[in-house]
Amino acid sequence: MMDRDLPVTADELHAYVDGLLPPDRRAAVEAWLAVHPNDAAQVAEWRAQADSIRARYGAIANEPVPARFDLDRLAQPRRNWRTIAAATILAAVVGAAAGWVAHGASASLQPGFEQFSAEALAAHKLYVTEVRHPIEVGAGEDHLLPWLSRRVGATLRAPNLEAYSLKLLGGRLLPGPNGAAALFMYETPAGERYTFYCSRANTPRTALRYNAAGDAAAVLWVESDMGYVVSGPAGRDKLIEIAQSAYREIESRLPTRSTENRAVPRRGS
Amino acid sequence: MGGFRQGVAAAVPALRRYARALTRDAELADDLVQDTLVRALRSEHLFHGGDLRSWLYTILTNLNRNRLRALARRPTMAAIDDNDAADQAGPEAGSRDIERALATLADDQRSVLLLVVLEGLSYREVAEVQGVPIGTVMSRLSRARMQIKDYLDGKRPALRRVK
Repeated sequence: MMDRDLPVTADELHAYVDGLLPPDRRAAVEAWLAVHPNDAAQVAEWRAQADSIRARYGAIANEPVPARFDLDRLAQPRRNWRTIAAATILAAVVGAAAGWVAHGASASLQPGFEQFSAEALAAHKLYVTEVRHPIEVGAGEDHLLPWLSRRVGATLRAPNLEAYSLKLLGGRLLPGPNGAAALFMYETPAGERYTFYCSRANTPRTALRYNAAGDAAAVLWVESDMGYVVSGPAGRDKLIEIAQSAYREIESRLPTRSTENRAVPRRGS
Repeated sequence: MGGFRQGVAAAVPALRRYARALTRDAELADDLVQDTLVRALRSEHLFHGGDLRSWLYTILTNLNRNRLRALARRPTMAAIDDNDAADQAGPEAGSRDIERALATLADDQRSVLLLVVLEGLSYREVAEVQGVPIGTVMSRLSRARMQIKDYLDGKRPALRRVK
């Protein structure tokens, strides 16, 4: 037969093992294997592999489906913050928010400042989608703030944003533009996540700025050589309001170094 | 509409099986499946007919790729499995061997092999899931099978020395 004389290709051997061979080539492949023991051994080996894989994992499909996969529950729009655009390029610097009084900062963008907010936004996007490990150290752990403060080199505070239903989950340490950076993560009961990023800045002070990048946006400012970035879903007004609140809280507590020296009280000057 | 959701629900057991074999981590696998379902439900308007199952495998495969990309940004330590005695014998040994052999594959190769032998997709469907030509699917499949054989034959890839 003509068919039998056609050499069998490696692809056909795979298709034979996988049951994907066109029926009219089946006899030819079987005839080929009868006289090519090396190929026959290979086919047997591939079959054994497939059998082991099915034996190991096949039964999982017979397990009862856990309740967490209930589609009606999953269909509820609670995780829209996860729609993160692939593009991570900063779209625009929109400038200081309306009604926002910048304190004597120059209007020109400092070099490095854009990189600062880009890094904060990149960290935000990377970790808000993290299901299992959004943070390194939980909010309940006493060493969270001392640890991050020590590594970043400044007394850090995680602002209380409960007025916006934002609960502090915890924080993590990251490489920042000028040394270490701290990222605090907050979450609403609906699962929306916001982050608060702090790192040393190479500018003493700037106005507050709003940056949008895809589905996420950031409000950033520098105060006393420290840069702060509040990032969240790109809802401008709400994000600015949250950032203002964080800003006020940080501002009201500056300077904070004195509290650390309480162990050595100094009277007079 | 109801048909779409029913179709998605019917695919959940198979998606869990695929995700488990792909990640070899039950918790992570179920997280991936859940993310896949959330995306699918939200993207119903993007599904223009065709094979729903392949579409779901595509979403899961892409999410897994994103996850690995994110992981790659952080340095990780690969687990070094020396030959612990428990592996050498017992009824579990065979299934543990295949699990470890799968772990040595590049992700795209593992995905091809699993979609074909575990999920029963055709080569053309796998090509669509991975967004590559069918020739690429065949060479990934071939390399996957070769490497599993090498692993099982004891020719494990030599550990790179760290200087």
